Amino acid sequence: MGASATTVSGGRSALERSPLSRLPDQLLQWILTALAAAILVLIGYFFVRLIGQSSTSINHFGFSFVFGNNWDAAHNIFHALPLVVGTLVTSAIALLLGVPVAIAAALFLTEICPRRVRGPLAIVVDLLAAVPSVVWGLWGVFVLAPKLLPAEKWFASTFSFIPWLGGGTVNLYNYFIAGLVLAIMILPIVSAIAREVISTVPSQDKEASLALGATRWEMIRMAVLPYSRSGITGGAMLGLGRAIGETIAVVLLIGSNPILGKHLFSPGYSLAAVIANEFGEAANEPIHKSALFEAGLVLFILTLLINIAARWFVSRGTHGKRVAGGAMTGVMLEET
Amino acid sequence: MSAARMSLSTLPAVSPRRRRTDRIMRGLLVLATAVALVPLVLVIYYLLKKGLSSWTSGGFFSSDPNGNFFGNPGGIRSAIFGSLEIVGLATAIAVPIGIAVALYLTEYGRESRFADVVRYFVDVMTGVPSIVFGLFIYIVLVIAKVGGAFTGWKASLAVALLMLPIVVRSAEVVLLLVPSSLREAALALGAPRWRVIARVVLPTSVSGLTTGSLLAVARGMGETAPLLFTVSTAFALTGNLSHQMNTLPVQIYTDIQSPRNAIEARAWGAGLTLVALVLIFNLIARLISSRSRMA
Amino acid sequence: MIPPETTSKEPTEVSTRPETGHTQVSPRAADRSRRERTGHGVEVRGLNAYYGAVHAVRGFDIDFPANEVTAIIGPSGCGKSTMVRCINRMHEEIPGARAEGTVKLDELDVYHPQVDVTAVRRLVGMVFQKPNPFPTMSVFDNVAAGLRLTGTRGVNLKDRVHGALRAVGLWDEVSGRLDKPGIGLSGGQQQRLCIARTIAIEPEVILMDEPCSALDPVATLKIEELMDELKERYTIVIVTHNMQQAARVSDTTAFMLSGELIEHGGTNDIFTNPGDERTERYVTGKFG
Repeated sequence: MGASATTVSGGRSALERSPLSRLPDQLLQWILTALAAAILVLIGYFFVRLIGQSSTSINHFGFSFVFGNNWDAAHNIFHALPLVVGTLVTSAIALLLGVPVAIAAALFLTEICPRRVRGPLAIVVDLLAAVPSVVWGLWGVFVLAPKLLPAEKWFASTFSFIPWLGGGTVNLYNYFIAGLVLAIMILPIVSAIAREVISTVPSQDKEASLALGATRWEMIRMAVLPYSRSGITGGAMLGLGRAIGETIAVVLLIGSNPILGKHLFSPGYSLAAVIANEFGEAANEPIHKSALFEAGLVLFILTLLINIAARWFVSRGTHGKRVAGGAMTGVMLEET
Repeated sequence: MSAARMSLSTLPAVSPRRRRTDRIMRGLLVLATAVALVPLVLVIYYLLKKGLSSWTSGGFFSSDPNGNFFGNPGGIRSAIFGSLEIVGLATAIAVPIGIAVALYLTEYGRESRFADVVRYFVDVMTGVPSIVFGLFIYIVLVIAKVGGAFTGWKASLAVALLMLPIVVRSAEVVLLLVPSSLREAALALGAPRWRVIARVVLPTSVSGLTTGSLLAVARGMGETAPLLFTVSTAFALTGNLSHQMNTLPVQIYTDIQSPRNAIEARAWGAGLTLVALVLIFNLIARLISSRSRMA
Repeated sequence: MIPPETTSKEPTEVSTRPETGHTQVSPRAADRSRRERTGHGVEVRGLNAYYGAVHAVRGFDIDFPANEVTAIIGPSGCGKSTMVRCINRMHEEIPGARAEGTVKLDELDVYHPQVDVTAVRRLVGMVFQKPNPFPTMSVFDNVAAGLRLTGTRGVNLKDRVHGALRAVGLWDEVSGRLDKPGIGLSGGQQQRLCIARTIAIEPEVILMDEPCSALDPVATLKIEELMDELKERYTIVIVTHNMQQAARVSDTTAFMLSGELIEHGGTNDIFTNPGDERTERYVTGKFG
């Protein structure tokens, strides 16, 4: 075999691809890498711009933005404590009401439910996530809030001796009703993640407890729950992140009152809600606008931190397998 | 160990307390699942009950909202079209870019640290509230009045941003399912990488990619907050994405706050329409996904 | 040929399945009957087990003599584990699986409709192939797990946990680390921990499903010695694919093939003078 058999004109070996034909591959790789990098750049850029827009407010109000209790648009005083409290209170209610139900439903679906019914039921629970937040708001405003008002009034008067939880005038739109609808909205996320985490419990642990003579519930308590604790916590935190950032349902149901509410059934405000509500009127007032952006910045940082912590918990709980994203997109694309 | 003979009567019984606890707890789990489903049932019930009558009233789908204070408030035609246009453009942006990023992660980024970082932040992005994306576009494009103030295409960008992580995440899952043996076989035949992607990887994953994209579309259709800050609202039907446009979520949001009964009725009708659209996308996505599994 | 172990035995009758279902008592057990028998044997009649439509265990009749170790041997997939899991009714935990027949401890048939499955499992304990201590529990809590289910508390609990750890020979190794996670122990220690967990609730019968297959030879030896001590108080059934192990530890051996009991009798006889041709082919290594 001489060299002539494998060379073409120009002295290149026929096995070597011409630089021109390598171009598409190089280009493709370059483009794809650039797009991927663009995402990181985008996030960073957003941070920078958001901080820029908030700077007037940050400089003006300093720490009392977050800790001061006075959101007074008329006088251009923007201390957002009532908003922060409102955000945290409604999210706490959402967690308290939503997480136990979500976990219980997840346990039912994975451990107790007969196999034939499991698939369809799971899909229905996941469908909760498909309902847009504005529709939850619609239903909440015209159906849930009025229907629950008598019960809320009864609760407030019967338990008026408990501070904050009871007593006070019951408003049609208040922390509770906003938190309740938020609970419904975070339920599918927490449940989907809980289901994935619970299904990773090794059957040998479950068999060990059954072989000791445990009842079904005792087996869940001994083998399933301790193992899933970490992952479920992560799921709950993702639900928390969702609750904190939810705008529309909250703004329609929380009462939009910038004064800090004194009771569970008082009207209040949240960071996201105030941005949605006051955006129009703030257009001409720079300090107001800047304060709204700062509220947005606080919101963004909060949700980022919670999400990062949540994913750490979930990855610990599922021992490395990426599940959180799958649950977020609402469908089990993976056949596991 | 007892030497006594064992029989049914000597069988140490499970304490009634344990049996009761087991039954109660299992009952609670069933109850919780039922409770979880109640809101969904109720929402659908009320949407149908209060929304269907709007659907059948004259001109609901063929007229635009007219902003009149009295009389017929008009229909939701401009809202439906606006939503479809804006989400359509958003999809055209988010799906190719999202699949491209997913391709990067699966084809070139399996070992790289950089890819890990990107993957991580894409995941984190799925948790960012939609209002934040609206604010972003507002700051970058609306304030600066790039090509007008509130426009449809800016809303598309905001919606694309919120669809992007969903597309990337689901596409990555699907692309990873393509067996590496397929890729290797093509590469071993001397095909360049771009060919392998175009001729082997993508065609194999088409149904999964479509499913993921449809789910992202369903999500994008339902979000209100990003629209408020980018396209605001309008009454008239327009096909021009550089104008302000009406959208279903914003239409509903505005109508909820009106004291008029006729407008509340319109809100229910619009809500039913929006949910129907979202459910249709969801159902098609599931159909494609389950059909591809059976194939 | 497997070299026969231990002391020479007088030849005993070996019964195979077509005749009776009862084994002849081997001399070693006869020896024991002179002392007081504290345990309870198991009588299996007409056991059939299914995975959906698959008939995994067919018409099984066997006696597991009290205070003896019975080994179940046979090639992979012959249904040994399935059969044994029917004795503590773990088989039915698998979706789509069911079993029928009688499994009696004295007059108590564990498949009797009025019997509570969880009560059965306190009487018939199980040790699994892969050691499975509860990963989130300490050594102490692992052993105490079964006891806590029935409300054992305080000093009583502590005594029984310590006693169980001593009985399995783990005490010296773990007494200083009772509050440390159970999964921090070595494989062999974990398995002994699981055995301690099982005997802490004082069952009558202990089922062992290939308990040493995941362990190294030193750990295996320790567990085999433990079995010899445990049979003083319990009736033990061990599933094993290791014929040497069966020959070492068991008094009675049963050979299974494709879900059926082919032959059973004194271990020595099964290995040195099997009655059925298939048994002979298996124990001489011609297949399986």
